[in-house]
Amino acid sequence: MDWRDTGILLRTRKHGETSVILDVFTQGHGRHAGVLRGGTSRKIAPSLQPGAQLDLTWRARLEDHIGSYTVEPLRSRAAAALSGRLALAGLNTVTGLLAFCLPERQPHDALYLKTERLLDLLGQDEIWPLAYLRWELALLDDMGFGLDLSECAVTGVREGLVYVSPRTGRAVSREGAGEWADKLLPLPPCLRGEGEAEDAEVSRALGVTGYFLERHLAPELGDKPLPDARERFVTALNRRA
Amino acid sequence: MSSTRDIDALIEMMAKLPGLGPRSARRAVLHLIRKRALLLTPLADLMQTVAVTARECRRCGNVGTADICDFCTSEKRATGEICVVEDVADLWAMERAGAFKGRYHVLGGTLSALDAVGPEDLRIPQLLDRVMDENVSEVILALNATVDGQTTAHYIADQLEGRVRLTSLAQGVPIGGELDYLDDGTISAALRARKDV
Repeated sequence: MDWRDTGILLRTRKHGETSVILDVFTQGHGRHAGVLRGGTSRKIAPSLQPGAQLDLTWRARLEDHIGSYTVEPLRSRAAAALSGRLALAGLNTVTGLLAFCLPERQPHDALYLKTERLLDLLGQDEIWPLAYLRWELALLDDMGFGLDLSECAVTGVREGLVYVSPRTGRAVSREGAGEWADKLLPLPPCLRGEGEAEDAEVSRALGVTGYFLERHLAPELGDKPLPDARERFVTALNRRA
Repeated sequence: MSSTRDIDALIEMMAKLPGLGPRSARRAVLHLIRKRALLLTPLADLMQTVAVTARECRRCGNVGTADICDFCTSEKRATGEICVVEDVADLWAMERAGAFKGRYHVLGGTLSALDAVGPEDLRIPQLLDRVMDENVSEVILALNATVDGQTTAHYIADQLEGRVRLTSLAQGVPIGGELDYLDDGTISAALRARKDV
């Protein structure tokens, strides 16, 4: 068995004295682990930072074996990530959430392409939080918990949508909410791709997506806590706001 | 019963050491046996002694043979500066350079959400206590220029913000390094950290 693909490195774990196990989000094969022999060497180890774009060749005798990788680093994103607190927290959040959410060996082609585009924006702190919010919406969508913010779940109107139902993830208008308004989540305009998307508003929107990650997605994945990195990212964003 | 059982067991143990495999362990054991008086016996005695006396410094996490290590007891080292490193090996590297004359704090690893390593698993609370108790003026974050290392540095910086001067090691061209062989990230970092000549 063998294949060649490109992928984004999520993490490495030491395996014996000289090898590492790579956990990679690949375009055609989804999240896929494999052993990289000599992965702790001074030559290759600095390139194996989370977020690195790798050209990968995977080989194994049988398909269900962990197999071994040979890699060629295509692009490092470590320098952009290390350039600032927000970028670093952002990279940790993306790799942490992908490792948290994605099942192994199931392709998520669309999400992969969005992740690659998002990570290529690292270091552009002015636009990154909003780009990250769009990515998190895509992640929820890909995991089967997408928000439907196109129309009011109660009245069907497409204007004046100000709430999100915490149960269904559907938008609700002020009129449609009625006496249930205090039980609904706020719907910041940036969640629908509207408005200025100031940091404070993006942070409120991340509160909404975080609710669905924590209350809907996490229970389906064994009720593990969300990666701490996400909270650190939101804290860094709030601090800037 | 095999007459070489103990020697085989020794080879097996030696082969677990970093840098040694079964073949090199066999060579090392054979060498020790041949130099029994010169190497084997003193080595065995020293290992037994160290096995009893080696411990982590209660204050900084360095490895020594006393509860409080020499760095922490030396008055000459009380400069008000604490250099935070990830591991004892990093502390030794700093000492080899001989450029730092203050005290150290060994974290024992880095934060890692993916491996569930949190601040409580490292010696971060002890560092915060030391900053309060030891009249510290500067904390130097000498952590690796990796994603995990810098994430940990930012976390510590958040915890200590406003309480003490915080600095980190510079990143850039290594001594003897040629630009042609440097990765683009290092060149960018070096350019950002350029200084007047």
